[in-house]
Amino acid sequence: MAKRAAPEVNAGSMADIAFLLLIFFLVTTTIEKDKGQLLGLPPIQDQNVEPPIIKQKNLFTVLLNRKNQLLVEDELMEVKNLRQAAIDFIDNGGSTNADGETCDYCKGKRDPSSSDHPDKAIISYKYDRETTYEKYIEVQDELLAAYAFLRDREAQRLYNRSFKSMLEEKAKNQFKKDEKLNEQIKRIQKMYPQILSEAEPDKD
Amino acid sequence: MSKFKKGKQGDLPAISTASLPDIVFMLLFFFMVATVMRDSSLMIENRLPGAEQVEKLQKDRTAFIYAGKPSSQFKQLGTEPVIQFNDKIIKVEEVQASVLAAQQELTEELQPKFVVGFKVDKDTHSGLVSDIKQELRQANTLKVMYITSVKGE
Repeated sequence: MAKRAAPEVNAGSMADIAFLLLIFFLVTTTIEKDKGQLLGLPPIQDQNVEPPIIKQKNLFTVLLNRKNQLLVEDELMEVKNLRQAAIDFIDNGGSTNADGETCDYCKGKRDPSSSDHPDKAIISYKYDRETTYEKYIEVQDELLAAYAFLRDREAQRLYNRSFKSMLEEKAKNQFKKDEKLNEQIKRIQKMYPQILSEAEPDKD
Repeated sequence: MSKFKKGKQGDLPAISTASLPDIVFMLLFFFMVATVMRDSSLMIENRLPGAEQVEKLQKDRTAFIYAGKPSSQFKQLGTEPVIQFNDKIIKVEEVQASVLAAQQELTEELQPKFVVGFKVDKDTHSGLVSDIKQELRQANTLKVMYITSVKGE
């Protein structure tokens, strides 16, 4: 037998095959970035400690029942109206805070029968075990939006920029601390502290 | 003039495409490495609720808890919503130990900043979420993030 030279393998289609794979991975790749609502849970209270007495007017009760109906201060309300109601309550500034300061930056109605000061205004959020998680998040989102609105308003007034942009800048420069910016963020957070108290649903 | 012309004009040599597969393979390997298929395969339905007021999640300090109804391949788990942590279905009582174990795995400076991410199906009843939260309070891991999809994006 005469020795035949092995025929050269045509590598021209290699690029096509590689491209095909490449396109597959390009399409299936999702560089995911999760986002969500960051909140703190209350630490477990000592049973012996008497809970502080809170005046009814400083309490804004939000209740979600098992039929996903929203009750705000014992009245039925639609979710889309909740944000404004919460803003009105927090921003009321009817009286003084614990240090005897009036809320000079509040733009609310200053109704003496509503909250005294943003420091004291507590939103109490209660839900039923049968409430769907979707509704629970929706209502919580509206309440967080109320705080975000007020903080943003003050950021615009004091520093002429949105509160969100301040937080974004802080996150971007996490390795070199910007004291001035942190100070400004703290000041606004102190003006409208986020006091969102979540009640445990009743066991049945 | 014609003595400077060498041969016919416009007779460009063909560009060699021999290195093209190499370039493409390089890209291919990059995407293969960068692709994360999914950390843990989900045994439950997981459609996140939508929200507007959201912050970015910092993955380096987060442990995920999934909850929802078992998906169609896992019918044997029943129809009631269950909790999944990593690759296992766990009971409510096991949440505390699992979360504390996950916290221990972090580097020391991140441990105080530990966040628990909730990836809960939107049709789950919030009683289950409340139970998990009670367990987290017991474990003293108080930062939680309700992971949502972003509305209007």
